[in-house]
Amino acid sequence: MALTETPTQAERARTIYEKSKPGRRAAVLPDAEVPEPPLAELIPADLLRAEPPRLPEIAEPEIVRHYNKLSRRNFDLDSGFYPLGSCTMKHNPRLNERVAALPGHARLHPAQDPMRAQGALELMWLLQESLGEICGLPHVSLQPSAGSHGELAGLLLTRAFHADRGEERTKVLAPDTSHGTNPASVTMAGYEVVKVATNERGGVEMDDLRAKIDADPDQVACLMLTNPNTLGLFDENIAEIAELIHEAGGTLYYDGANLNAVMGHSRPGDMGFDIVHVNLHKSFSQPHGGGGPGAGPIAVSERIEPFLPRPQVVRRENNGHGPVFDLDHERPKSIGRLRGFQGNFGVFVRSYAYILSLGGDGLAEASETAVLNANYLKARLAEGRAGERLPVAFERHCMHEFVLSGKPMKRELGLATLDLAKRLLDFGFHPPTVYFPLLVEEALMIEPTETETKESLDGFAEAIERILAEAETDPERAKQAPYTTPVRRLDEVKATRRPVVRQSIPPVEGDGRRSAGRALR
Amino acid sequence: MTRYTSATDADRAEMLAAIGVGSVDDLFAQIPEPLRLGRPLALPDGMSEAEVYERLAALAARNEDAESQVCFVGAGMYDHYVPAIVDAITQRSEFLTPYTPYQPEISQGGLQVMFEFQTAMSELTGLPVSNAGLYEGPSSVASAGYLAMAATKRKRFVVSRGLHPHSRETLATYAVGYGAELVEVELRDGETDAAALAAAVDGETAAVFLQSPNFLGAVEQVEALGAAAKEHGALLVVACDPMTLGVLKPPGECGADIALGEGQALGNRLDFGGPSFGFFCATEEQIRRMPGRIAGETDDVDGRRGFVLALQTREQHIRREKATHNICTAQALNALGAMVHLAWLGREGFRELGALLVRRTAYARERLAAVEGVELLHEAPVAREFAVSLDAPVERVLERCAERAGVAAGYPLGRDYPEFEDGLLVAITERRTKAQIDELAEALGAAIAAERGEFPVHMTGKSPQGVS
Repeated sequence: MALTETPTQAERARTIYEKSKPGRRAAVLPDAEVPEPPLAELIPADLLRAEPPRLPEIAEPEIVRHYNKLSRRNFDLDSGFYPLGSCTMKHNPRLNERVAALPGHARLHPAQDPMRAQGALELMWLLQESLGEICGLPHVSLQPSAGSHGELAGLLLTRAFHADRGEERTKVLAPDTSHGTNPASVTMAGYEVVKVATNERGGVEMDDLRAKIDADPDQVACLMLTNPNTLGLFDENIAEIAELIHEAGGTLYYDGANLNAVMGHSRPGDMGFDIVHVNLHKSFSQPHGGGGPGAGPIAVSERIEPFLPRPQVVRRENNGHGPVFDLDHERPKSIGRLRGFQGNFGVFVRSYAYILSLGGDGLAEASETAVLNANYLKARLAEGRAGERLPVAFERHCMHEFVLSGKPMKRELGLATLDLAKRLLDFGFHPPTVYFPLLVEEALMIEPTETETKESLDGFAEAIERILAEAETDPERAKQAPYTTPVRRLDEVKATRRPVVRQSIPPVEGDGRRSAGRALR
Repeated sequence: MTRYTSATDADRAEMLAAIGVGSVDDLFAQIPEPLRLGRPLALPDGMSEAEVYERLAALAARNEDAESQVCFVGAGMYDHYVPAIVDAITQRSEFLTPYTPYQPEISQGGLQVMFEFQTAMSELTGLPVSNAGLYEGPSSVASAGYLAMAATKRKRFVVSRGLHPHSRETLATYAVGYGAELVEVELRDGETDAAALAAAVDGETAAVFLQSPNFLGAVEQVEALGAAAKEHGALLVVACDPMTLGVLKPPGECGADIALGEGQALGNRLDFGGPSFGFFCATEEQIRRMPGRIAGETDDVDGRRGFVLALQTREQHIRREKATHNICTAQALNALGAMVHLAWLGREGFRELGALLVRRTAYARERLAAVEGVELLHEAPVAREFAVSLDAPVERVLERCAERAGVAAGYPLGRDYPEFEDGLLVAITERRTKAQIDELAEALGAAIAAERGEFPVHMTGKSPQGVS
């Protein structure tokens, strides 16, 4: 196939270390202003370093150019549609960046005396209260740093809850459609995963659940669920599921990855869940940052509260002098700390600003529009070629996301879901989540979010239609895609078999160490 | 209040018609009636952007930050100067708003940044392998414990009491889950007690955890202390402060199997404790047990150089319950801030900054030791933070320094170390001038004198009454 290389493609990727030249620099540091004895007079010579680390030597203008150029080699949400299922790529308001950067937030030391950080603690308390109301659970810890950290917290809470009752349980149930972090967290928390089957409607297979519980009810520590589940479908049996788990003595854990579907409409606490994690970088608009930071606060029921991580932000009445906010470290049954200091405060500021902006009614409206957008796009993709080649995995109204199967496309056109995803890149779209959930063959999981216009949904549906039409006459076109991106398909196997995970740096004069950066074992 | 959405009434009507339902409510009918909330959320109504700004600015104004106070508090997070280009670059949409780089063809910018960051951390620590970042410092320590258990099939950790209290506590929290036991080794004259450490390590020990400089600021004899780990086949895990690695011998040259730590000092704001990032470096032997993302170099189909997430078969989205860790983030934006800061400092600037910290710290230590009522808590060598003991109640002295002089004088060690009830930990950054250090000495001297009754005691009552 004749290809014209784009200017970006023609430029070989060079790291900042390869642009380094001895003698160049950016930083000008303040004068020491104090006596400057040789360092060896202050620290024993054998604890000092012989040569400084080989950081790049480069002036400021070129640092800026280097990273600006790199930035153009990224696709981002501010530039285009990002229908990644289960990731909730909604707009990131710039107001939130502005308020997070206020010196009172950005330059506040985490060990500041709580009496001199009242604004920050009040903000955290207000966010706790807001999340508690949204989840329908009375107690919140903001400490977990991410969703997976919240999951680990929830499982450690479960362990502490049972230990407090003199029990030790070994098994955690999770549907075969669950997010990969669920089973990984289960193992880290020292439990064994028991998979529960999914029924023909995408929900928990009740007979299988009963069987798995009945096999050894005393060993059931917890059931982890998302609702709506990873197929974007609300499990109508949730009340019965909760009853079964609670009867067996287990806790019910809600993976909040899909909370964006139900804010202001239905609450995990009311469904019977004991522990919920909330991804502030999903439903509450914290930017994803190319892979972090986020935050994964947890909301819990009364019976779990005594075990929450410490410290906990609390509000106390102060003899008529107005409320005072404090960090409570005296929590004798607490599972302890999950991380340093109080949590990802900068994320709390952004998410609280988002909640204030929308209000209770706005959050409910956001979920409505997210569900409307998903169902509209599902309807659009049920038409034409997509309807034939990419049938929906479960035929019913979805919540905020839905899953298609590329099985007929693969059978009839020879096109794998991966090929469709890569071809979408040439059309300026980020592909949906692919090959997840695992129980749908050639899965495509699509979550448009509420912040997309009808036009962008139509544009995406049209792109899919064009790719399928193209593949009827020229399937190779998609199989070799993409063509227009900074690089084309990459050899991921090589990167894992012979990993090169750092830049090789030629030795600097006077520094005898060998160059690192060759392939590792 | 509708915000950030676009659907007009006409759009809605068209979309509902295409779906084949009469109202959005029909779509929510799959939620059983008893589980429908049926009332508005008990939250305030939405606000305009200007109102939200004012509300948040009013809260921020009730905090005393490092702009309104002179900050000598460290204890793991430091008030360094973050160069302006860090903000300019990390606020670019192309870095701020993408997802994790699962589609490498359109994520080359972020992946290359990870690769550059890994190179920088590998250089700093003297170990060949770095990941792309973890949540923050203390949970990285806990992750090292998980790795050590997998690597050695042992379940016992020997932990220096010089390891950050938050790290020790986080390690203990995680250890309950994965079923490990912790043994703590006391400090002696500010440093880890070598004899006690050697006695504590045995053939069941999975890892020895040290921190250098330790929580009291002392630069530890890592190589000598680590010998006990080597002898018994345990991993040596060293937590370190990246800002000291321009001048201090890197952990990789002291026998560390894993070097990790809190990354905030590099290009990240204080942010009341987060978000920041943890770094995690190791020997080649551990690469397939590493937690977190790792970017690797490869080629595209036309032979172009490119970057991908390497060794994904370790990770939760592939391996599920058999993954090496459950983590799903790399704190990519925070790591980018660190990389830009390190490039800005450069090879020479980074070493100069390290030297500046050591010299100003030496000056501050000597200056404070000369103050009546202040004594050094230990005399071990220090790099950027040091501990003193005060001849007056520490919390009350801190209160006076804050009220009278606008100085946050340090971190009260009694919060975490009952044995150092009178201890104060003082941190230095390049922002703390000689004049400010002199001011701190004056303020501490005056506060101690006042507490000792040499001046009339009266509290100014800024802190709310009835609350300790």
